[in-house]
Amino acid sequence: MLNRLSTFLYLRPKLVLALLLLPPLIWFLVVYIGSLFTMLVNSFFYLDGFTGQVVREFTLKTYAKLLIPANVQIFARTTSMAVAVTLMSIVLAFPLAYYMARFASARMKTFLYLAVTLPLWSSYVVRVYSWKLILAQEGIISWFARLVHLDGLLNWYLSLPVVGGPSLSVSATGIFLVFVYIWLPYMIIPIQTALERVPKSLIEASSDLGATPVQTFRTVILPLAFPGVIAGSIFTFSLTLGDFIVPSLFGNSSFYIGKAVLTYQGTSGNIPLAAAFTMGPIIIMSIYLLVARKLGAFDAL
Amino acid sequence: MSDNTAIEFRDVSRVFSVKHENQSGEVRAVDNVSLQIKDGEFFSLLGPSGSGKTTSLRMIAGFDRPTSGQILLYGQNVSSLPPYARDVNTVFQDYALFPHMTVGENVAYGLMIKKVARAEREKRMDEMLDLVQLPGFAGRKPLQLSGGQRQRVALARALINHPKVLLLDEPLGALDLKLRQQMQVELKSIQQRVGITFIFVTHDQEEALTMSDRIAVFNQGKIEQVGTPAEIYEHPQTPFVAGFVGVSNLVTGPVAKRITNSDRTFSIRPEKIHLAASSAEIDGDMYAADGRVRDVIYLGLYTRYLVELDGGGDLVVVEQNLKTTSMDVMKVKSQNVRLFWKKEHARYVGG
Repeated sequence: MLNRLSTFLYLRPKLVLALLLLPPLIWFLVVYIGSLFTMLVNSFFYLDGFTGQVVREFTLKTYAKLLIPANVQIFARTTSMAVAVTLMSIVLAFPLAYYMARFASARMKTFLYLAVTLPLWSSYVVRVYSWKLILAQEGIISWFARLVHLDGLLNWYLSLPVVGGPSLSVSATGIFLVFVYIWLPYMIIPIQTALERVPKSLIEASSDLGATPVQTFRTVILPLAFPGVIAGSIFTFSLTLGDFIVPSLFGNSSFYIGKAVLTYQGTSGNIPLAAAFTMGPIIIMSIYLLVARKLGAFDAL
Repeated sequence: MSDNTAIEFRDVSRVFSVKHENQSGEVRAVDNVSLQIKDGEFFSLLGPSGSGKTTSLRMIAGFDRPTSGQILLYGQNVSSLPPYARDVNTVFQDYALFPHMTVGENVAYGLMIKKVARAEREKRMDEMLDLVQLPGFAGRKPLQLSGGQRQRVALARALINHPKVLLLDEPLGALDLKLRQQMQVELKSIQQRVGITFIFVTHDQEEALTMSDRIAVFNQGKIEQVGTPAEIYEHPQTPFVAGFVGVSNLVTGPVAKRITNSDRTFSIRPEKIHLAASSAEIDGDMYAADGRVRDVIYLGLYTRYLVELDGGGDLVVVEQNLKTTSMDVMKVKSQNVRLFWKKEHARYVGG
């Protein structure tokens, strides 16, 4: 019986393919695309201010609301934070990824892999809270600053506009540090994978043809690692754009996109505005990917 | 040392320390090698894998450094110079073309690094593509090329800087037989045209014999023999060379004594042996041995016979099929035969 079924299926590879693809396709279409579409539809409704009810009528009113200065500022703030976090992650991840891909022994590489991915095994919220202890007014950083008599410098830094605040744990700098910490593994692994795929002979060929290590890095290694950097930055950029936990815990009253969405759909029940807000990161990411493609990030794939 | 020496090895050794399952030791990849390669020569480093030929090449390029000894490039000690400071270029076994650049950018890479002006760069790039017979390929990407075409691009890229010495690391290994033979002829003619010293690493003895002015035969980190293809083939100095270059019968001990009245080991090439009826009269300037044909392999151009000698041991004999057909040669199977060859064709080899 089972044998005959196997034979039946073996002779119909297309049927097997269809059977295998059906569940993920259903998932993708219904759950993934479906929910995105629902959101898109919702963003064209609006909330009636008197009744507090969502009015299911097509309108661009909600989008118009997005463009008031306060909301534009939220987009600008979140996007600059995402850019800063992404750039910092690249700067920190590249040397480590390079070391892992080119120089580390097999044992060292395993160890570093574990070290990089281990934090992902514990709850993200717990790890974020532990940073509260590090950054708090009486936290590790302030304690250390006092120890080496740099508390003046720290206080001066905190008094600066935009980046400063009452303490590191209530400032844009705090948000930035925690974001870089939690998203760094998502940058290291793709860069490392991309670098690993660069054959050693390419680097030798470059140096053979007269290129100094710096020239080789610029003309061969960096362009070939670029797809990995882009892949990593898609993670860090989009995750930062949508996150609401870190800004809630470390921020002051200034809103970020994720926090705004949470407030509008949770507290005030303004689902259309929340949905419209969410379209923001999607549009920003689409622009980002188009630019990346223009720069040739996907040519070497 | 004469003025026209391109590359000289002075007592060069390269020792790798290896760690394997708690055992550590060292491998003498290149073991006290001294060698001189003349200006303008097509010189082959021939040997089996692990014989030290590739390590020697990598030390000339600068990817690896000698543990001891010196490497001289036109009289200058380059042993500790990085690859980018040596006037030597390499054609890699896997071609190592930059996948994110076009063929033209690959070829002009060396000039781009040297900051040669664009117009000059493109002129020389076109010349190089003409030289390797790929005109009009500048705009393509390496991934769109066939193996043979990539090979040519790699060659053009390595030649554009007019290096003093061109190193080729088994560049034809990945090509099929027809293309390989065609490239052998072409490489040789390109070398004669550009007049640059070529150092060619290969494990294929036929390739080395076809192309080289001189050959160094490597075995276990040492050079067994250096000579012209004819010297290497006709006068192998060691049993290893006799066995590795071409097919050779090595005859030792009592079997050798029965034939030559001396127990010195000698080698005899299969094509030098004649096959005759067991009753044939043999001249005095010949050695003779009797045996029985165990196997006959018809190979079109020639036939290979495996003859079991009466006193023990086998000899391989090759005869061209000048007049014979496959039907004729098969009749010899299991027959008793007499083998003979000119005494001077038996080469005494060391050991």
